[in-house]
Amino acid sequence: MTTATPTTTPRSSAPRLRSTRGGSKDRARTRGHSVDRPRRSVLLTVLTALVLLYALVPLAWLVINATKTQGDLFSSFGLWFGDSFALLSNIGQTLTYDDGIFVRWFANTLLYVVLGAGGATALAVLGGYGLAKFSFPGKRAVFAVVIGAVAVPGTALAVPTFLMFSQMGLTNTPWSVIIPSLISPFGLYLMWTFAAEAIPTELLEAARMDGASEARTFGQICLPLLAPGIVTVLLFTMVATWNNYFLPLIMLKDPDWYPLTLGLNAWNAQAATAGGEAIFHLVITGSVLTIVPLVVAFLFLQRYWQSGLAAGSVKE
Amino acid sequence: MTQTAVPVAAAALTAPRRRRTRGSWTGWGFVGPFMAVFALVFLAPIAYSLWISLFRTQLVGGTTFVGLENYQRALEDPQFWSALGRVTAFLAVQVPVMLGIALLVALALDSGRLYGRDFFRISIFLPYAVPAVVATLMWGFMYGTRFGLVGNINDALGTTLPNPLSPDLVLAAIGNIVTWEFVGYNMLIFYSALRTVPTSLYEAAEIDGAGQWRVITAIKLPAIRGALVVATIFSIIGSFQLFNEPSILQSLAPNAITTYFTPNLYAFSLSFSGQQYNYSATVALIMGVLTMVIAYVVQLRGMRKEA
Repeated sequence: MTTATPTTTPRSSAPRLRSTRGGSKDRARTRGHSVDRPRRSVLLTVLTALVLLYALVPLAWLVINATKTQGDLFSSFGLWFGDSFALLSNIGQTLTYDDGIFVRWFANTLLYVVLGAGGATALAVLGGYGLAKFSFPGKRAVFAVVIGAVAVPGTALAVPTFLMFSQMGLTNTPWSVIIPSLISPFGLYLMWTFAAEAIPTELLEAARMDGASEARTFGQICLPLLAPGIVTVLLFTMVATWNNYFLPLIMLKDPDWYPLTLGLNAWNAQAATAGGEAIFHLVITGSVLTIVPLVVAFLFLQRYWQSGLAAGSVKE
Repeated sequence: MTQTAVPVAAAALTAPRRRRTRGSWTGWGFVGPFMAVFALVFLAPIAYSLWISLFRTQLVGGTTFVGLENYQRALEDPQFWSALGRVTAFLAVQVPVMLGIALLVALALDSGRLYGRDFFRISIFLPYAVPAVVATLMWGFMYGTRFGLVGNINDALGTTLPNPLSPDLVLAAIGNIVTWEFVGYNMLIFYSALRTVPTSLYEAAEIDGAGQWRVITAIKLPAIRGALVVATIFSIIGSFQLFNEPSILQSLAPNAITTYFTPNLYAFSLSFSGQQYNYSATVALIMGVLTMVIAYVVQLRGMRKEA
C-alpha cells in the first residue's frame, strides 16, 4: 500500500494559504525565484528522503514478510522476498486460524470503532458547537475542567476506571471498551475552534429570526459547514479506537471480545508459552490486514482532514 | 493540531460574553451529553482512586483506612523511583530527538525546496496510522536475531551486532519505536502551523536581504512557538505514560523488561498480578499529578517567552 501513495495524493490537498495571500509576488520574482516558488534543492530532498526511508522501510519489511511462509521467514533475507510467494495462503490461514477468530476480532474492532469513535465524534461535535456559539452558566468551569483533563494521562485513569467498572459489572463486556472511548477532549477542542471559525454568528441569528428551532439550525445549517472538522475528528478518534490496546487489555478477559490489537499480541505471545504453536507468519500477515483500513482511510480522506487541521490552526 | 488550536479557544472564551442573549441554558443542551459521559469516565475514576488510595486491603483484616500511608510508601519505594528514573531518562533523550527531526522535516517541507513535497508529507505521517501493537511487534521482529534484520546483518557480514533487546539497549530500542510512530504526527503539527505564517513576512525578509537561516530563526520558529510548546507537552505526557511498547515487547524480551519498567507498567502489574489495587491507584495518581505539574510548568515557561 505504501507504493500506491504518490498516485493517491491529490496535488491540491495542501491548504493553499500562501498563494491566496502575499500580494507582492512580482517584486520577489525579480531575483529569479519567488518566495512562493523557490528553487528545488536536490541535497535537501535527499536528506529528507532519509527520514522517508526510516518511515517506510519497516512497513516494507512488514509487507514483504507477509508473503513468506514461516520457514522462509527464518531462512531468507528480511527485506527481500523468499522462495515462495505465500501471501494469499497466509491471508487465508490468518482468516481461518482457530475457527476464524481473527474475523471475530476484526468485527469487534469495527464495533468499537463505529460506536466508540462515532459516539466520541458526535459528542465532540455537539459539545464543540455549544461551547463555540453559546454562552451559558458554567462555561468557564467546563473550559477549566476539560483543559485539566487533557493533561491527565489517559492510562493513569485506566486502572481506577477498571476498578469502578468492575464494581458496576461492566468489565469483560464491549461496553467497558466503548464507554471510555466516547470522550475525546482533543476532539472537543478541535470542534470548538473549528465551529468558532466556520459558523458565522450572523447566520445563526438569521436562522433564529426565521423561526428555526435550535436543533434545526444545528442540523440543517451548521452541520454541513462543520463537515471538514467532523471528518478530521472522526479520523483521529478512529485511529485512537482502532489502535487502542491498554484499555481493552485491562477490561477484557474473554478472547471473543478482543479487538485486533489484543488478538495479535495474544498470537505473538502464544509462541512463548509452553506448548504454544509459533505462528509468526500469521502475526505478520494479521498486522498488515490490521493497518490497511486505516492507511486507506487516511490516504483517501486526506483532502478533508488536512483542511480540517489547517482551519484548526489558522488564527487570524 | 489541538496545540495550535489552544490559543484560539482561549481567545474565544475571553471574548465578550454578550454574544448570545437568548436562552442562556440552551448551550447545555449541546455540551450536556459530552459532560455527562466525561463525568463518568474522567471525573468519577479520579475521585474513586483518590478515595481508595487512602485505604489498604489485606486478606486478613479487610479494608482499613490508612490515610496517606500509601503515598508515603510510594515515595520510599525503590521500584517506583527506578521506573520514574527510567521514563525521565527516556524523556530527556527521545523527546528532543523526535521533535528535532519532526521540526527539521517540517521546515524542509515548508521551504518549498523539495521535490515531491506532498509525497514526503503523507508518507512520513503514515506510521501514525499504525497501531502501537503492530509497530512494536514489527520492530521487535526486526530487532530479533532470529529472523530480524539484525540477524540478517549478522549473517551477511559475520558481525555480532549488540542485541537491541538486551537489558542495556532495550530502552533505546523502545525510544526508536516511539520516535518512528510519532515523528510524522509532530511533523504535521509543525507543518500546519508553519503554513499559517503570512507570506508577506518572508517577502519583507527577502527584501531586507535575510538569508534562509535568518528567516527560520527570526520568523518561522517564533511563529510556531505555540505548536512547539504543546507538542512538547504532549510528548512529555506520552513519555510518562509509556506502557504499550514495553508491555508488548515483554513477550519478545522477557529478561530485559521488568514488571516495574515504567510507572504505568508498575501500576498495571500491581493491580493485575499483585491485586494491590489501593497502592496501584496511588501510583497512578502520583504520576498523574506529576505529569500535570510538569505540563503546566512547560506551558508557563513556553508562553512567558512569547509575551
